[in-house]
Amino acid sequence: MTDLILTPNLENADGFYADLTAAHDGLNKAESDALNARLVLVLANHIGAAKVLSNALKAAKLQDT
Amino acid sequence: MNKIFEIPLYAYQRSPDQDAASSVRHKVIVIGAGPVGLAAAIDLAQQGVQVVVLDDNDKVSFGSRAICFSQRSLEIADRLGAGRKLVEKGVLWDAGKVFFDNRQVYEFHLQPDTGYANPAFINLQQYYVEKMLVERVRELQAEGAPIEIRGQNRVEAIGTHDDHVKLEIETPEGPYNIEADWLIACDGANSPTRRMLGLDFEGRIFEDNFLIADVVMRADFPSERWFWFDPPFNRGQSALLHKQPDNVWRIDLQLGKDIDPEHEKLPENVIPRLKAMLGEDVDFALEWVSIYTFQCRRMERFRHGRVLFAGDSAHQVSPFGARGANSGLQDADNLCWKLKLVMDGDAPDLLLDSYSRERVEAADENIRMSTLSTEFITPKSDMSRLLRDAVLDLSEHYPFARPLVNSGRLSTPCAYSGSSLSSADALNGPEVTRPGSACPDAPLGDEFLLPQLAGKFTLLTIDADAPDSIEEGGVQATRLALSVKDDLTLELKRRYLGDATGAVYLIRPDQHVAARRDTFEENAFRQAIRRATGKE
Ligand SMILES: Cc1cc2nc3c(=O)[nH]c(=O)nc-3n(C[C@H](O)[C@H](O)[C@H](O)COP(=O)(O)OP(=O)(O)OC[C@H]3O[C@@H](n4cnc5c(N)ncnc54)[C@H](O)[C@@H]3O)c2cc1C
Repeated sequence: MTDLILTPNLENADGFYADLTAAHDGLNKAESDALNARLVLVLANHIGAAKVLSNALKAAKLQDT
Repeated sequence: MNKIFEIPLYAYQRSPDQDAASSVRHKVIVIGAGPVGLAAAIDLAQQGVQVVVLDDNDKVSFGSRAICFSQRSLEIADRLGAGRKLVEKGVLWDAGKVFFDNRQVYEFHLQPDTGYANPAFINLQQYYVEKMLVERVRELQAEGAPIEIRGQNRVEAIGTHDDHVKLEIETPEGPYNIEADWLIACDGANSPTRRMLGLDFEGRIFEDNFLIADVVMRADFPSERWFWFDPPFNRGQSALLHKQPDNVWRIDLQLGKDIDPEHEKLPENVIPRLKAMLGEDVDFALEWVSIYTFQCRRMERFRHGRVLFAGDSAHQVSPFGARGANSGLQDADNLCWKLKLVMDGDAPDLLLDSYSRERVEAADENIRMSTLSTEFITPKSDMSRLLRDAVLDLSEHYPFARPLVNSGRLSTPCAYSGSSLSSADALNGPEVTRPGSACPDAPLGDEFLLPQLAGKFTLLTIDADAPDSIEEGGVQATRLALSVKDDLTLELKRRYLGDATGAVYLIRPDQHVAARRDTFEENAFRQAIRRATGKE
């Protein structure tokens, strides 16, 4: 798979979203920002493929991939 | 102070040129007896080219300067007859530690693969490198090579002409003029040559100040590279500790913007900073303390007619990654064989334009790499600091984040990817030896490969046939016939064959690959020689 998936793909969408927000519970802004940054890096490494990542950056900027 | 800074290495002596009725013409003049100028002059003299080096000083360079010399620099120094000495005096290191905040986050080892005559890096004060190169000049002189160094000869004016260059020189005994067929300007980052010719030097200046101290201490820190991000003793900034010979340690402390350099340089301000870093009870003496800001910039072209720029005069990088002197030595390595061929009429003048193109590519790579390091070390926005800190926090727990930590990507030679001197790759071989690359070393029994490739065009065959030599347009390539059986460690196979069963390489005098194929084909290799000498 080298294409960025932009259609629904999460095994458990509601569950993931709840976990993501819960992970920030009790954190202040700086701690939350740091958590998000670490999460981005962990996920990026898991993906690995440069093309998918560069398309993900575009998608996150709401640009066409 | 260390005595080496005070002894004249090439004291002023009156030259007969100063009493000549009209300006004496030399083959090549090199301005600057820094590491790059000395290397260029030695390279030319070894090829029998008459060369005069002029320097406005007569001693080794002053202050804290280069300490890390790369494997490629040592390989070049080997070819110039000075490599052994550098390695013997240098401190070997292959490990480093990275600290973040109050803790070590990980440690690393450089180049775990073996099979190179030279280590990945050594630490050695630049003044030793200069001294050892001057000693090599003396050796060559004793052998009758046409090389001389003139101390306290300051170039004051330069006149450029189609077929020569005129110089006005100031000495303790007054001015004189000389001329040269070719001029190599190795006169450093503030290059007076560049200024006198009115040439550009564009790039980026970083605002952060760094306190660079060389301290003498007896301490049991290991010979490793230690780098701190945001340590308690230098909050919000970075720090580096690295060992040099003679119990001298290099310390870099980032001080940030908007500081008063004169104030920060005072011993009463420096010593408490160093004690906070090294510990209250460590005894040390200051050898040098300076405050630097760094820049990344280069000239648009390194060749202007008969004037060739090499080293810091042509390009400047921040020191993270040790790319200054190391890349300057590669400039000299790239330039001198080309200049010799052009001077002998064996290659067209435009071969020298390829010097500029190839070394501009290398300078851009070095500037890009050292800029990335500088940005990681001194993040420019809140978000880049946040991401940087996230990388460091993750690196403590997970190996995946460690390659993202950038405290300097240590200098490796540039593979000239788009060079007009290279022929299209015609071997299904390893990436490290594709055309344009610097040949990696490989063991050959008790010896090594690179010394056998030095200073001439070589037709390297590995389990392949070829004639003993071919000559094309006055340029000769001599065969070096090897077999994978010559290297029981199989590094030769791994680096030069990969999956191929045999290969023929055309290797340039600077040990870069010009062409490669699976078998010898006369026409292809004749064409490759023409390309590599600027004839196609
Ligand atoms: C703190 C610091 C750390 C560094 N660390 C490293 C490192 O670890 N590894 C690395 O590879 N590089 C490092 N560098 C960079 C390295 O010091 C330079 O890249 C290197 O000195 C460049 O050599 P050069 O021969 O081009 O110029 P220079 O060494 O600057 O020599 C220029 C010479 O030209 C002479 N000159 C100037 N004007 C005239 C004139 N008008 N007439 C006659 N002569 C003249 C000068 O006297 C001088 O001798 C570091 C630099 C700094 C500041």
